[in-house]
Amino acid sequence: MRPIFKLLDDELVHKIIDEAFGLLIDPGVRVHNDEALALLTEAGAEVDLASRIARIPESIVRDALQTAPSEFFLHNSDGEPVVHYGGDRIHFDPGSAAITVLDRKTHEQRDPKTEDFVAFVKLVEMLPQLDAQSTAMICKDVPEEIGDLYRLYLALNFMRKPIVTGAFGKDTWWTMKELLVTMAGGETELAIKPIAIFDVCPSPPLLWSDITCQNLIDCARSGIPAELVSMPLAGATAPVTLAGAVVQHTAECMSGVVIGQLSQVGAAIVWGGSPAAFDMREGTTPMGAVGTWMIDCAYAQVGKALNMPTHAYLGMSDAKIVDAQSGLESSGGTILAALAGINMISGAGMMDFESCQSFEKLVIDAEIIGMAKRLVVGIVARDEPIALTLMRSMGHEADYLVNPHTLKWFQEEFYIPTGVIDRSSYDAWKSRGGKSAFDRASDRVDQLLGSYQARPLSDDLRVELRRITTKAAQGFGMEELPPIPIE
Amino acid sequence: MVDDILAQITENLLKGETESVVTLTGQALTAGIEPLMIINQGLLPGMEIAGEKFSRGEFFLPHLLIAAKGMQEAMALLEPELSLRQETPEVLGTVVIGTVHGDIHEIGKSLVGTLLSVKGFQVHDLGVDVPGERFVEKVKETGADILGLSALLTTTMIGQREVIEALVEAGLRDRVKVLVGGAPVSQSWAEEIGADGYAEDATGAVQVAQDLLEGKS
Repeated sequence: MRPIFKLLDDELVHKIIDEAFGLLIDPGVRVHNDEALALLTEAGAEVDLASRIARIPESIVRDALQTAPSEFFLHNSDGEPVVHYGGDRIHFDPGSAAITVLDRKTHEQRDPKTEDFVAFVKLVEMLPQLDAQSTAMICKDVPEEIGDLYRLYLALNFMRKPIVTGAFGKDTWWTMKELLVTMAGGETELAIKPIAIFDVCPSPPLLWSDITCQNLIDCARSGIPAELVSMPLAGATAPVTLAGAVVQHTAECMSGVVIGQLSQVGAAIVWGGSPAAFDMREGTTPMGAVGTWMIDCAYAQVGKALNMPTHAYLGMSDAKIVDAQSGLESSGGTILAALAGINMISGAGMMDFESCQSFEKLVIDAEIIGMAKRLVVGIVARDEPIALTLMRSMGHEADYLVNPHTLKWFQEEFYIPTGVIDRSSYDAWKSRGGKSAFDRASDRVDQLLGSYQARPLSDDLRVELRRITTKAAQGFGMEELPPIPIE
Repeated sequence: MVDDILAQITENLLKGETESVVTLTGQALTAGIEPLMIINQGLLPGMEIAGEKFSRGEFFLPHLLIAAKGMQEAMALLEPELSLRQETPEVLGTVVIGTVHGDIHEIGKSLVGTLLSVKGFQVHDLGVDVPGERFVEKVKETGADILGLSALLTTTMIGQREVIEALVEAGLRDRVKVLVGGAPVSQSWAEEIGADGYAEDATGAVQVAQDLLEGKS
């Protein structure tokens, strides 16, 4: 049996869904986007143009939930469907849009640059535990205005895995689409085999900004999947009760599904989020708080009850260095998310809330992910009888190490970590330099980056991607993009 | 009687009983207690205790914010009385604060505003998505000592620079200290755009504001 973690009983799930329907009528959703308001009006929602508030009747929401696909795939560069949104399948990608990187030498946070993100993309390629890339850092060596599309441009040059991304503007989304279409070999090709999904974030409580709403509409119309990232901050921008925060999340996601389906019936949309249990001492949004994990797992359960594919920002830490807090917080979130069966779990490598990406933390988190993936496979009999025949043949011998049965099963039954996790004797550990987990992780980063195999990308394609990106950069005063290391 | 009612104001402020604070403030006025006395011996001691308890970890943000709300609502009652008497309560300094144009993030800016008011600053909160000219107008109108600019997005932090440029254009830059904050904002960004101060969090911002007024930085 596949272990599944549930926090809500059926009655509570229904109550949450009912109250969310109620919220969409009163007070309704505030939508700062004319196109969305027009779509909502046309569909029969009561729209007040002055306040930009749309009151959406339950029937419209139910129709949208019906037409939104319950599953879809993201593809890798070989066209294989490697990420399967839907059901209880789990996949992992790094936390996205970090504004700093933990410097590998000084261990201080600093501005990310082109070479940092390129190395990071390569590292994600090399970590088998990670299923997708993300546009994980915002490079500061290009103008702010192209920060979103530049990350995608860099990633496309080095990635094989699909990517979770997002736009910061309405116009930059179109450049990002152009990059993806170029990569996929055409608009239809991209729609049939999407290689990217865009995060679109409503603002708590119950509000859609113009930009993010337009991104949602444009994704839906272009056949590019969109991931709703609703982020109630319990006790600050949402009710403090965990159930109350989930009600708000449900209503915000429902409104996103409606806008998406009204833009294009059948558009792929994910029930996702990045909520937090607000910290009442520091006024921060902790990703490592147990309350945060609980809101995430509960909203995923609601999403599943509505047949939606799911996503969550989990597996991050609020720690400022890669320490014990980082390990415990990332483990807790990752394991619960896996048990909750969340389709895309974003967060690996991320620390200092959602601010900083660390290469070392990423490889440590990959081990946590490896363990979590093993956990959800559960315990299965493997043999019939389970052990009776084997143990009778062995009698009282303890010699299982040389038994072929062990050789046959051990790699499936156990998750086998890399050297990042130390399981040697004290003396052996000492003789290997007595290194901390951080130092061992740093060694592994070096080793993985050293063995990265470049993605076979034609020169024509590289030139075209660069042309598109350079054109965008020139609009903001940058004539030439920073060089990218191509081996 | 006078001491009793002022003590009750303090007590109710600390308990988060906003309505009682307002009622008691009204009663104090009716009983002929001077508004400045209500502020200095009823409301401010409550805010001071709340601040101390917060620093000691006994109080959390909801305690502090609801106390500040009680103070604000009581002040709304007292202000007409004060202007009638042409009196002004002593303030540490005047602050104009808001989130820059294109950005609708509220919490960080509101927390800083509240903590500043707890410390004794007079705070004019302009809200979110505030156009540059609105900041300039308000600084001019209030003669503010400090202007706080919040931005939570890498794409909107550019707005902080624009407000500073607008202050220069209006000839006000030398008259007001500019404090910037928000998730993507850093010390180096603050220096790049010529802000006077930056803090990582709300409590840090209060410290920086105090230092700026005392000319320490």
